[in-house]
Amino acid sequence: MPRLVSHPDEVKIVTRRFGLGAADIDRYMELGGYAAAKKCLEQGPEWVIEEMKASNLRGRGGAGFPTGMKWSFVPKQSAKPKYVLVNGDESEPGTCKDHLIFLHDPHSVIEGTIIAGLAIGAKLGFIYLRGEYRYLLQIMEKAVADAYARGFLGKKIFGSDTEFQIITQTGAGAYEVGEESALMESLEGKRGVPRIKPPFPAVVGLYGGPTVINNAETIATVPHVIAMGAAAYAAVGSPRNGGTRLFGISGHVERPGVYELPMGYNLKKMIYEVAGGVRGGRQLKAVVPGGSSTPVLLPEEIENLGMDFDQVGKAGSMLGSGGVVAIDDQTCIVEFAMRTISFYQHESCGWCIPCREGTDWLKKTLTRFHAGFGEAKDIDNIRYLAENMLGRTFCPLGDAAAMPTLGFVKKFRKEFEDHLNGKPCPFAKHVGLAVV
Amino acid sequence: MADVTFTVNGKKLTAPAGTLLIEACRKAGIEIPAFCYYPGLSLQAACRMCLVRQEKVPKLQTACTTPVAEGQVFITDSEEIAQARKATIQLLLGNHPLDCPVCDAGGECELQDMTFKYGAGESLYADAKNHREEQQWSPAVYYDRPRCILCYRCTRMCGEGMDVWALGIQNRGVRAAITPNGRGAGGEQAWLDCEQCGMCIDVCPVGALTSGSYRYKTRPWEMNHVSTVCTHCADGCKVTLGVRQSNDGSEIIRADNRDKSGINGDFLCAKGRFGFDFVESPERLAKPLLRNAEGKLEPATWEQALRRAASKLKEVRDTRGGGAIGVIGSNHTTNEENYLLQKLARTVLGTNNIDHQRTTDYAAFAAALAGHTGKAASLREAATAPAILLVGGNPTEEHPLLAWQLRTNVRLNRARLYIANAKTIKLERQARAVQTLPEGGYAKLAAYLEEGASDFSKAVAGEESLLVIFGQEFRGADVKALVNWGLKRGNVRFAFLGDYANSRGAADMGLLPDRLPGYVPVSEPGAFAEEYPGLPGTAGRTLPEMIEAAAAGELGALLVVGANPAANRGLDRAALKNTFVIVVDILLTETAALADVVLPAASLYEKTGTLTNTFGDVQMVSKAADRAGVKPDFEILVRLAGAMGADARQLVPFGAGGMTADLGQSRGASAGEADRHAVWLAANNLEPKLSPFDPLAMLDEIERLVPGYRMDRMNLLGGNDVPTEPGLSPASSLVGAAPIVPAHNGLFTSGTLGKHCTALKNLAEHQAREMAEAVAK
Amino acid sequence: MSQETMSLFSPQLAARLDALVEKYPRRRSALVPMLLYAQDEVGYLSDAVVAEVAARIGITELEVRNVATYYSMLRFKPAGKYNVQVCTNISCMLRGGYEILERFQQELGIGPKGVTADGLFSLEEVECIGACCWAPAIQVNYDFHDELKPELVPGIVDSYRGKAQAEGGSSHA
Ligand SMILES: Cc1cc2nc3c(=O)[nH]c(=O)nc-3n(C[C@H](O)[C@H](O)[C@H](O)COP(=O)(O)O)c2cc1C
Ligand code: SF4
Ligand code: FES
Repeated sequence: MPRLVSHPDEVKIVTRRFGLGAADIDRYMELGGYAAAKKCLEQGPEWVIEEMKASNLRGRGGAGFPTGMKWSFVPKQSAKPKYVLVNGDESEPGTCKDHLIFLHDPHSVIEGTIIAGLAIGAKLGFIYLRGEYRYLLQIMEKAVADAYARGFLGKKIFGSDTEFQIITQTGAGAYEVGEESALMESLEGKRGVPRIKPPFPAVVGLYGGPTVINNAETIATVPHVIAMGAAAYAAVGSPRNGGTRLFGISGHVERPGVYELPMGYNLKKMIYEVAGGVRGGRQLKAVVPGGSSTPVLLPEEIENLGMDFDQVGKAGSMLGSGGVVAIDDQTCIVEFAMRTISFYQHESCGWCIPCREGTDWLKKTLTRFHAGFGEAKDIDNIRYLAENMLGRTFCPLGDAAAMPTLGFVKKFRKEFEDHLNGKPCPFAKHVGLAVV
Repeated sequence: MADVTFTVNGKKLTAPAGTLLIEACRKAGIEIPAFCYYPGLSLQAACRMCLVRQEKVPKLQTACTTPVAEGQVFITDSEEIAQARKATIQLLLGNHPLDCPVCDAGGECELQDMTFKYGAGESLYADAKNHREEQQWSPAVYYDRPRCILCYRCTRMCGEGMDVWALGIQNRGVRAAITPNGRGAGGEQAWLDCEQCGMCIDVCPVGALTSGSYRYKTRPWEMNHVSTVCTHCADGCKVTLGVRQSNDGSEIIRADNRDKSGINGDFLCAKGRFGFDFVESPERLAKPLLRNAEGKLEPATWEQALRRAASKLKEVRDTRGGGAIGVIGSNHTTNEENYLLQKLARTVLGTNNIDHQRTTDYAAFAAALAGHTGKAASLREAATAPAILLVGGNPTEEHPLLAWQLRTNVRLNRARLYIANAKTIKLERQARAVQTLPEGGYAKLAAYLEEGASDFSKAVAGEESLLVIFGQEFRGADVKALVNWGLKRGNVRFAFLGDYANSRGAADMGLLPDRLPGYVPVSEPGAFAEEYPGLPGTAGRTLPEMIEAAAAGELGALLVVGANPAANRGLDRAALKNTFVIVVDILLTETAALADVVLPAASLYEKTGTLTNTFGDVQMVSKAADRAGVKPDFEILVRLAGAMGADARQLVPFGAGGMTADLGQSRGASAGEADRHAVWLAANNLEPKLSPFDPLAMLDEIERLVPGYRMDRMNLLGGNDVPTEPGLSPASSLVGAAPIVPAHNGLFTSGTLGKHCTALKNLAEHQAREMAEAVAK
Repeated sequence: MSQETMSLFSPQLAARLDALVEKYPRRRSALVPMLLYAQDEVGYLSDAVVAEVAARIGITELEVRNVATYYSMLRFKPAGKYNVQVCTNISCMLRGGYEILERFQQELGIGPKGVTADGLFSLEEVECIGACCWAPAIQVNYDFHDELKPELVPGIVDSYRGKAQAEGGSSHA
């Protein structure tokens, strides 16, 4: 059972009900649940969208797109039914925050989905969980059934004339399905290959209908925004980055865990204070700030780094999914790079050439390189490969593989060079990568 | 759509709004490389070769998915773009086996061409390539995954284009591979359960999909590529034969759809692509045969055989009259040969006893349309007509090209297809509305449509214009009723489906006992009266009547050219004991085995002339291959007439300008050269007909005498299809219904020819076996 | 699929799948969960499972395979009754994921992708399973075990052995 952690610096908004038994619908309501949805039903869609815009809530799935704006792109009139899609595919290495939301507060996801549905005029929402989260799916399914039983879902929700239904769905093992259009393909019973864009999902999405797709955390945040008011929510965060975010801190820290901190919270503090510092008194070597696809940062780069989309972007990386991975000085960066790229090689859907072939060659080269059979030109080749994938692939997965790779070779070139000329990995520990 | 103006590489271009940039550029002569983009198939944006820079857009864009709009500015060629393309090629080559020296696609490979262009010569990678064993999916199709670049052209062609959906993509990432729909026991083997059209091989830009009959046979540049017309069904696809010199002439190694310039566009079916090996059949005749004293056929010289045949024909004609001679013509020989055959019968043998294996009642069609022009549709219209009524027939099986045209028309142009059929046919999947008819319900169809009571007939009636295509179920009065219905409603064009490559030409050229070429009644011969001295004025015997007459001892001689009545009509030796039989054919058919004289003929792939498909489109066939010992039917007939003492010049109007050299249209594997020469001659108003054996010498006379056959000669000689009319003579005297026996050839059968195609037999067996296995599972 | 048709699946699963296809605006949306649920019961996607799923959804077997082979949780060969999936992705790797994998190999006597002779266990190295903050983590079938240490491995193996004994029988029914 995932351990819950806490720290005085936390601002508990989304995690407010964690550990309080809120998976039970009565308990959830005792804790204020479903009031936000009712309020939205009374206030109407325009109000909801304005609130969301004012909250400065930005998508927690990775790209940080403003949620209110996304919802406003959905055409008011549509010949085809509209849909809300909750992205609970959570597969970016370093990320496990949605896991806790499904576990501790499933009704917040349902309530957020209802609100999104009201805002865009959808009658049907889907909550898509990655296949590995079977026990969480069961929790979600029960929560959905309870919400139906109470009349919060159905033909006439909360006794109104408005219809809203929710279907839960499971994936079956595919990182790429987290990409919004690939998720729609998967939900339509197809291979998880992304779609050509434009058209964007807000116009042509699931089953060809206008669709809003949001990360599970984004959606779970929505009822809180409504409950506390957009202005209050926005005020918690940093400029243009409203509220808090669930940061999953993992790797070589003393107290790994998911912490809810205000947007813009200092990364160094996050590692050294919130998560208790580097494990075993070792030195920090590098930090991956937002899931495995975000370029690595050096200790000196995190000194004054506020963790929001804009600041991390300026620092040459990305806030991504909020998965902070701390790496200590006993870690071989080449091995770390190899394991990272091996993931993307395994998860590339194979649709486009640069990603399919690029990840494969990066993996092969890095594997050989780490095993001590590298050549000097490999380092430049790795860089060349990654540079030539960047921005050229069909979907951002290619970038997700290329960006961190470029970070590793640029910032740790010396360590790569130390692997040359048959020199053993300076970090004695040799672990042959079994084929995944 | 309204035109928009945009800029590409500093040049202003105009195209309808929404045109894909890649298409707009291609039309303007700006080449944008692409692997996955294929005109007419769904968009993929997968290969990333077409990346271009669009002003104000941060990332490079794919030209294959970018619709042009007013004022856009693009760069399609720059260092940045060249580098992106080069890197993509390098990535592909990383796992590519680079076995170009032995790959079938070597020299015809888009990956090679792009590598050459973007220069990805040096290898960046030191690591082992991913290897996977090659798989044989069917006798026709092999798959080599390491060569595959995953452009998905094959899967789309099979699914969207063919509506077969036999190819899929399995696994993901670098493990992804194209997979066929069939699985052997245990799932280890993969096989293809499909129409075996080979379209997947055709669209594959590299050598990942290779053809069972062609693989590892030759290098493309060692072949001559000759465009001609397929010899099988009545659709008449243009097919390019790859020919190479061999010991006894030149052999066909490959048939494909190389330049895609024909009536068939991208399409070719299994028969067109693989069904050429009958030319190599062990039953193929290479020497004339004569029946000896023991009653056995033995080889003879051309002189002996022709003399024997001619003297016998002469003797019967002179002693018993032309009425004692019967002539049976072919559905596969050229128009010129058919025309010559009936002219020979009528003017040299003195008989109207001439017929062919009739598979479709074209005579009734001509009669129904008599007096109307512009009512016959070309096959091209099936690809463009906004509304089509298909009555009877089963194009998917029997007219693969027509089926392709209809599917494509529905898919790309949203054409409305209405189907009325007594059977369930596959094209219903594309149909807007389907009317199931009772067995034999075709007779009442016109009345039913006229009545307009049902939704179906109302929908049909609501169409502004209509292409009516009807099957062989229609005969005589039914044809007339349907045509009349259409003529009354106006803005209708018709097509009538027949069986063989020149079934229509055989009828059009007058291989009919009561009709001269162009369906001119023998009783009212008009212009033919002057041109055909001694033309008998009464109708001759039909094919079954000839067989009866032979059995009754009334037929002294029977000349059979390219037909096999013994197989199709149960003709046997006993029935022919009083008849001297001369057979001209390419194979030792059941009929040839009964003959007294057998003359070995060149196949359609070994001669020049024209064919008329079932829609009345005329196309040139060009001599591709060559075979020692055989002669084109045209030459054989001229020689036969000559040996009978007839004046060749009377029969074939050749050498009017006094020149007598043979330019070689009918000879040599490089006949294509001669064809081009012929085009040049025609363009300069010179006479290309230089010898009595030159079939084109007949074309003038055909154009002059056969109603409906005035053709655009330049276009024809240039290798295009030109439409004709089915005949314009008044409907006065149609002699009783002639027996019509449709062949109903399927995807892998083709009458007597098909029986001698090992490749087609293998495909049929494969399909039967896999079907049986699938049913057992 | 009609009531009379024979199904490979237990009546409970068949009923569940019958309901599943009706749940969505389009039938085909049931495909991925259907494959997963069928695999849960049968153990893997046999040819017969693929055929029945194809029939239930109304698509070809090829289409089912196109989709099924895309997803890494779906398999076409039997696994052990307890499929041990060890995450070695970055967060787990940093905290000893490979040591856990190694320990399982020793304990079970099989390599990655292996199945024990008694069919009870199979072992797989997997990508991130969404338990990064509780690394290293594994899943045995759908059960998570997190914050592992190599010395905890034998206990986990034993607990599943015990479970199997309690249920009596070692393979998928
Ligand atoms: C390769 C790839 C994987 C992704 N995986 C996830 C994921 O697991 N969960 C998620 O919420 N978003 C994921 N995303 C982002 C989604 O495409 C999408 O932007 C997001 O769900 C939108 O929600 P938001 O606006 O609430 O962030 C992924 C994107 C890419 C390109
Ligand atoms: S068989 Fe018919 S459709 Fe096929 S290639 Fe020949 S003429 Fe064309
Ligand atoms: S042609 Fe545009 S991506 Fe392949």
